[in-house]
Amino acid sequence: MNFTLKIWRQKDAKSKGGFETYKVSNISPDTSFLEMLDILNNDLVHEGKEPVAFDHDCREGICGMCSLHINGHAHGPSQAVTTCQMYMRKFKDGSTITIEPWRSAAFPVIKDLVVNRGAYDEILQAGGYVSVRTNSVPDGNAIPIPKADADESMDAAACVGCGACAATCKNGSAMLFVAARVSSLAKLPQGRVEGARRAKAMVAKMDELGFGNCTNTGACQAQCPKQISIAHIARLNREFLAAKFQD
Amino acid sequence: MSCFLCNSSLGKKLVMSVTGCCLVLFLLFHMAMNLVSLISPEAYNTICALLGANWYAVVATVGLAALVVLHFVYALILTINNYRARGAQRYAITVNEPGVEWASKNMLLLGFIVVVGLLVHLCHFWSKMMFVELCGAEGSMVGDAFVHATDGAALIAYTFSKWYNVVIYIVWLAALWLHLNHGIWSMVQTVGWANDTWYPRIKCAAKVISTLVILGFMAVVVVYFICSLCGCGAEVCTEACCAGH
Repeated sequence: MNFTLKIWRQKDAKSKGGFETYKVSNISPDTSFLEMLDILNNDLVHEGKEPVAFDHDCREGICGMCSLHINGHAHGPSQAVTTCQMYMRKFKDGSTITIEPWRSAAFPVIKDLVVNRGAYDEILQAGGYVSVRTNSVPDGNAIPIPKADADESMDAAACVGCGACAATCKNGSAMLFVAARVSSLAKLPQGRVEGARRAKAMVAKMDELGFGNCTNTGACQAQCPKQISIAHIARLNREFLAAKFQD
Repeated sequence: MSCFLCNSSLGKKLVMSVTGCCLVLFLLFHMAMNLVSLISPEAYNTICALLGANWYAVVATVGLAALVVLHFVYALILTINNYRARGAQRYAITVNEPGVEWASKNMLLLGFIVVVGLLVHLCHFWSKMMFVELCGAEGSMVGDAFVHATDGAALIAYTFSKWYNVVIYIVWLAALWLHLNHGIWSMVQTVGWANDTWYPRIKCAAKVISTLVILGFMAVVVVYFICSLCGCGAEVCTEACCAGH
């Protein structure tokens, strides 16, 4: 397969970026999207040009490092997968593929397609944890948790923190990420204890970092590679408002 | 606690949700009241007299105005925040995400249309009813006839005898319908009373309520317009063809 790639190139955070066009040829349909970029970079290095910088790590869809806004979709046109798990057979042979970095005021571009997602780490540090040691398997099993609650918690915990939600949201809102973190702990007895403090602290940090306000469009859940539901946002709203009214 | 309504994103959204809910309740009341004008213009005028320049009606009007202002000002503040949060550099290519309704992404635009329609509506009715009474007058000149401040039925008949008013109101009501479609379920989501089981039900209820509200308003506009075409005149329309008896 052959593709024309329109890729956002930007030297560093301060430089003004722009699109550059590249051609890749003889790509197997079973090549993953990131492998295709590796092939492009190999060609660029051989031509003595600067390779395209992009984030990646596990390439198994579980680490949350890959990103990319591909043809208008966060993580590309495939549903429920990260960019690393998308294959070139998803695209039409000979087509042009536009690749952009996440666009959000809270995710500044570092270089080319790499953005700084440190804002999500800061939100997590504000309250996305359990303060006391809840110990290992035997102790954990000492507290029975209803299967439905455990399932819901695990659904929320599937969030890999890739940033697709804030990058997709027209308001640049991080609500789906914050909601997934709050929800995954709120449904478990170990996390329940700090529920009120957590919701308040994480929402305050989210606001402070300049993320936008959720307007319930649902675009985040449509583009989320882990299909996190906006029902978790409802739970976050509930947790936050209950905590505030208890103050 | 008071400050989280001003300085937190979720607090500001709670204000949007609660003011929006009050405005929807008002719309339901207003729509029910308007339907009376189809059954009996006299009964409608009795309600108009009750809601004239009496102290409770004036207090309610001021309260409503405050709700609209609060809802609108908060919408502007939130939208400006959101615009900034999106960043200076925009995507070159965007798509419509599956399951995302157009209205949900254009609530401010729809809100602007609703507010402009509201101002026109206040000029058509409120300025010739409660406002006239507050100024101490009996009524005002509407077209070439003198209309008493409590003669709401005559004002309806006059306003909707003009085709351009009918068009303006239909556009206004369509914008309101789209706004409510998203707004009603959204206010439930904002206060956190939603989950995956309830989304289809809440969204369905939102569609039913918004459609009922708009159909109720639309019925008055259309019936009075048709009446004006069949020659009952623009005066108080008590003829059988219009009054429904």
